[in-house]
Amino acid sequence: MLSKLSQFLIPAVFIFGLVLVFQFLNADPFTIHLESILNAPSSAYWLGTDELGRDVLPRLIDGVKVSLTVGVSVLLLAGTIGVVIGVVSGWYGGIVDTVLMRITDVFLSFPGVLIAICFAALTEPDVKNVIFALGLMGWVSFARLARVQTLSIKNLEYMQAAHLGGVGTVRMLSHYVLPNIAAPLIVESIFTIAGAMLSEAGLSFLGIGIQPPDASLGAMLREGARYMLMAPHLVVVPGVTLMLLVFSLNLAGDKIRDRLDVKC
Amino acid sequence: MLAFLTFFIKRLFLIIPTAFGVVTLTFFLIHLVPGDPVEVLLGEHALPADRQALQESLGLHLPLLEQFKVFVLGVIQFDLGTSFYSGKDVTSMIAERLGATVQLALAAILFALSCAVPLGLWSALHKDKWQDRLALTFSMLAFSMPSFWLGPLLMIIFSLHLGLLPVSGNESASSIILPAITLGVAMSAMTARLLRASLLESLASDYIKTAKAKGVSLKNIMRKHALKNALLPVVTIVFLQAGALLTGAILTEAVFSWPGLGSLIVDALGKRDYPTIQGCVLFIAFVYMFMTLISDVVCAMIDPRIRFSKGK
Repeated sequence: MLSKLSQFLIPAVFIFGLVLVFQFLNADPFTIHLESILNAPSSAYWLGTDELGRDVLPRLIDGVKVSLTVGVSVLLLAGTIGVVIGVVSGWYGGIVDTVLMRITDVFLSFPGVLIAICFAALTEPDVKNVIFALGLMGWVSFARLARVQTLSIKNLEYMQAAHLGGVGTVRMLSHYVLPNIAAPLIVESIFTIAGAMLSEAGLSFLGIGIQPPDASLGAMLREGARYMLMAPHLVVVPGVTLMLLVFSLNLAGDKIRDRLDVKC
Repeated sequence: MLAFLTFFIKRLFLIIPTAFGVVTLTFFLIHLVPGDPVEVLLGEHALPADRQALQESLGLHLPLLEQFKVFVLGVIQFDLGTSFYSGKDVTSMIAERLGATVQLALAAILFALSCAVPLGLWSALHKDKWQDRLALTFSMLAFSMPSFWLGPLLMIIFSLHLGLLPVSGNESASSIILPAITLGVAMSAMTARLLRASLLESLASDYIKTAKAKGVSLKNIMRKHALKNALLPVVTIVFLQAGALLTGAILTEAVFSWPGLGSLIVDALGKRDYPTIQGCVLFIAFVYMFMTLISDVVCAMIDPRIRFSKGK
């Protein structure tokens, strides 16, 4: 039991630990120390300094914050759109279903990241547009999942009973359908956060996501790759952090899926 | 056979509205996003007359719907327009770069399968034991590994420290190894897990029990009975993933300066070369769509239940 619980807690402990360290250190991610450029990790700079002599640790924490912000915002955007479309499609069926599912199919035939890359590259690169770009494609999987789940419970006895009992459509959807299709959606949510964090880093790595001087894990990797030979910590630190974050989210998602006994 | 043919033809016709949707979405996505290519081409201080001349020569002065009509008519004839910059037609630009990307994708698939099959087999044979958990953790790690991090990491280890493989480019034959591993890792993780699941399912089935009861050895059960059936979903996922690999190639190609479709897109994005971006996106979307179609058809060919349920 304890080992199972600890696996859930890995991401939480990791993230809170980072934030705690940051509050404790009170270091600034933008201060330039010209006398210590590309320093290896030391007692003064725990994770070393970058090519402008900025402390890597506070930048890393800023990057993690951006990552999490993007992850959660994309989830909220994509999840809301997707669940509404999916539930409406599954509940009403008929022509509504056909039209909505055709649209979903079109979006599904695009590899999501490709559209996000185009959108992010053609608009002003900032956090808002990155979130919008990733949310724009992310809703599809929620829509399909919510639709299938709605279809599977729509005609069950307790739904018919509620219907006969005079429960209105809105209340029906919010109090009867949503709670009963929530489990797979929760699992999907966790994978969505992980995926969005990876995609944000990818966009920033291509130079079309978060712009300097703001820190982001992807942008740090992009800048660090140029100094790979002299200062490998610039590639290793943000890379390991991103991987651990995504890994612990994926692991948690997997465990929750097993726990909730969801097949998706 | 007839049922299969009807399924195939129906599925083929279903692709038409989707294809039209894909074309529409691509066009409007690129044209409705703010940002003026003329301004990018000529700079902010261009003379109005020059701007207008350029707009007319690029066809950007036409109303949006008119431009859309021109675009759709072009697509039907495999004409994706001409690049704003090089003046070459986009179709031939894609054709030029496609080879390198296909090569990379095939090498990645090869790598992914050669890792995934033994790994999946191993973890299914040792279900719930430490070997299984190790394989599971490994594939989770591989799946969480951003390609733009794995790439530099492999470069540091194999090119700089060990000096075994070239850092980037594609001058020698061995330079495909690192990009192929980078691109294939996530796919191998996914495939290994899928293979494990479907192997376990197939091992639990009645025909395996029968084979065991007949006294067939475990090796033969695996080889002749379980693996063959378990490979079916793997075949599907390979086709589905092949389309996704094209997108993954964008980042991998950027890391390794691999001269394929991905670097063509990245270049075009920087220059706001609309026709090239549009053409590449459309091309990848179509490849993706056809890969889905093929995987559906292969599924139906293999599993009669699918074609009958959909063929009705």
